Amino acid sequence: MKHTLSVMVENQPGVLARVAGLFSRRGFNIDSLAVGQTENPAVSRMTIVVEGDDRIVEQVTKQLHKLIDVIKVGDITAEKYVDRELVMVKVNADAGQRGEIMLIADIFRARVIDFGRRTLTLECTGDEGKITAFEESLRPYGIKEMVRTGKVAMLRGTRFTSVENSGLDQDVE
Amino acid sequence: MKRTGANILLESLREEGVDTIFGYPGGSVLPIYDAIFDSDIRHILTRHEQGAVHAADGYARASGRPGVCLATSGPGATNLVTGIANAYMDSVPIIALTGQVVTSQLGKDSFQEADIVGITLPITKHSYLVKNAKDLTKVVKEAFHIATTGRPGPVLIDIPRDVSAALVEPEEESPLNLPGYNLPDVPSKNRLEEAVRVIMASKRPVIYAGGGVVNSGAFMELQQFAEKIIAPVTMTLMGLSGFPGRHPLALGMLGMHGSKYANYAVCSCDLLIAVGVRFDDRVTGKLERFVPEAKVIHIDIDPAEIGKNVKVDIPLVGDVKNSLAELIKRLKAKPSGAWQDQVQNWKKEYPLTFEENEEGKLKPQFVIREIYRAGQDRARIVTDVGQHQMWSAHYYDYTRPRSFISSGGLGTMGFGLPAAIGVQVACPDELVFNIAGDGSIQMNIQELATAVNNNLPIKIAILNNGYLGMVRQWQELFYNHRYSQTELINPDFTKIAEAYGAVGMRIERQKDVAPALLEALAVKKPVVMDFLVEREENVMPMVPPGEPLDKMLG
Repeated sequence: MKHTLSVMVENQPGVLARVAGLFSRRGFNIDSLAVGQTENPAVSRMTIVVEGDDRIVEQVTKQLHKLIDVIKVGDITAEKYVDRELVMVKVNADAGQRGEIMLIADIFRARVIDFGRRTLTLECTGDEGKITAFEESLRPYGIKEMVRTGKVAMLRGTRFTSVENSGLDQDVE
Repeated sequence: MKRTGANILLESLREEGVDTIFGYPGGSVLPIYDAIFDSDIRHILTRHEQGAVHAADGYARASGRPGVCLATSGPGATNLVTGIANAYMDSVPIIALTGQVVTSQLGKDSFQEADIVGITLPITKHSYLVKNAKDLTKVVKEAFHIATTGRPGPVLIDIPRDVSAALVEPEEESPLNLPGYNLPDVPSKNRLEEAVRVIMASKRPVIYAGGGVVNSGAFMELQQFAEKIIAPVTMTLMGLSGFPGRHPLALGMLGMHGSKYANYAVCSCDLLIAVGVRFDDRVTGKLERFVPEAKVIHIDIDPAEIGKNVKVDIPLVGDVKNSLAELIKRLKAKPSGAWQDQVQNWKKEYPLTFEENEEGKLKPQFVIREIYRAGQDRARIVTDVGQHQMWSAHYYDYTRPRSFISSGGLGTMGFGLPAAIGVQVACPDELVFNIAGDGSIQMNIQELATAVNNNLPIKIAILNNGYLGMVRQWQELFYNHRYSQTELINPDFTKIAEAYGAVGMRIERQKDVAPALLEALAVKKPVVMDFLVEREENVMPMVPPGEPLDKMLG
């Protein structure tokens, strides 16, 4: 099963290497990883999607906790949350196909962000399922290039994961 | 007033109570060595950086205070790697200081550059690359805090040469700010009460105690705890000096080379109380067959150890000493019964024994027994890795915490002599033995010079069988006697000792062992005792790899 971990870390050089290294040396698989600054510039947030049973994810969480630069680890999988990925797709688009492709873009609420002689570049955000469906719809036209971010996620409603808030810290016991 | 980074470093070390640094100079640490020239911190010059890190490790294990080692960039730093990994596996607090190329040359494959922070990421509790001399005060303070608290471990501080040379105004001391570093103290009340209920209801409890007992200073608490519930206590290699070896409840070591009675007790228990341990594969044998019927209580300061290898019924996350004290408060005394009698019977029925051989070749086990007779409770035993290490675990009864010092998790040959140097520096008035094999001693034999130069009267007992004995034993048992590359043609160790300025002795017969030890103990110098022992003696009992604990050979 896939788990989504929200990991708050100190915004310091080498933190990503520490986190990524921990996954590889303990044999945990990272499905996706997205990292960026938070509302507090001293803190970065990593959203890590990890594949594994509960026991593996428990070990991952505990091992992450042991890193000094990791401030907080939350497994939000079982919580209500919103999540997004972003994809950019450069797709073959002859003059005759452009209309169709732009129709597809419309359906997925994607945007055209670059216009070439024989290609269109589209941008789309959404959860994993939507992005995958978008990609599938464009495939018949011939995808020249595609880049996809990892997932970012946030709890719904008034609950939030942040350094000061203890709303969702993992019970380390 | 402005000071150099090197001076700030040394002052910060003094502030942490450091009295000794084990190190080896080089280009990138020249500013630090220049400051050491005027410092009152004692510097012990080893003959190899690996010697320095193992010495710092031995110092820490014997004293309970963090050990400090220092090496230059590149090869100096990479020579520390084995020792850092060793300290990490056994949770030993050391501070490894390394020089680094100047910051402008970082990442350029400069002369003697190695990314030691990157290399040691998986084997340090934490690490720092200091880019500004002003940060040194804060970094050193954090490093010592991290190394010594919680589950202890090595911390590395990498200091570029321009940083140690820089003249800066030191930063004012500020309180520690480590938001990601939280220390468990004692387990929750609910968990403790749950544990008490399970302990009181158990009929066949066994305590399985490890290095966490020694690290947290829980020697007295463990004894009180065991006596209160009359539970037999078996120790891991790391836990050996955490419970008195001659106590009626002591079962000695468990696991691959555990005593039969310890392994039988563990296999038959209905409650395993694991205290400061990590369920290493050398302890559990085949995991699926390890205590399948028993409930497991696990006390440990590191939450990640709970459930890592074995399913735990009651986790008690906290300091071992405090957690045991909390349990003792809540427990009522339990009577002795059939279980305790059964364990005593196993002890009588399956003692650790060897065949003495008065006329022929010396038995290695006999030598350990004689060292025990000579050293008793006052000696600190530091071992290398291999057969001699297991015999030192079997045939010496440790009665004081931190009196048995050995490379457990990593199993580092060559650990013994430099670690013994660290132990002797930490405990100058005590009797320190390094029990070694003829293979292990040659992995860091250059440190004899360090021992001689610093007047450290370590007694080195080499159990010399002319083999890499433990590997040979596996080849005999599991590879059809094919002794591939395990026979050693050795130099004359007595002459080596003499060349270094130590005393060399050779002992070949049983009757000469005791007088030789007496003579060695009377010398106030390092002594190398070359015991020529039975060549193909095996360490028994033994659980073959992949088998459950109750399937023992021997």
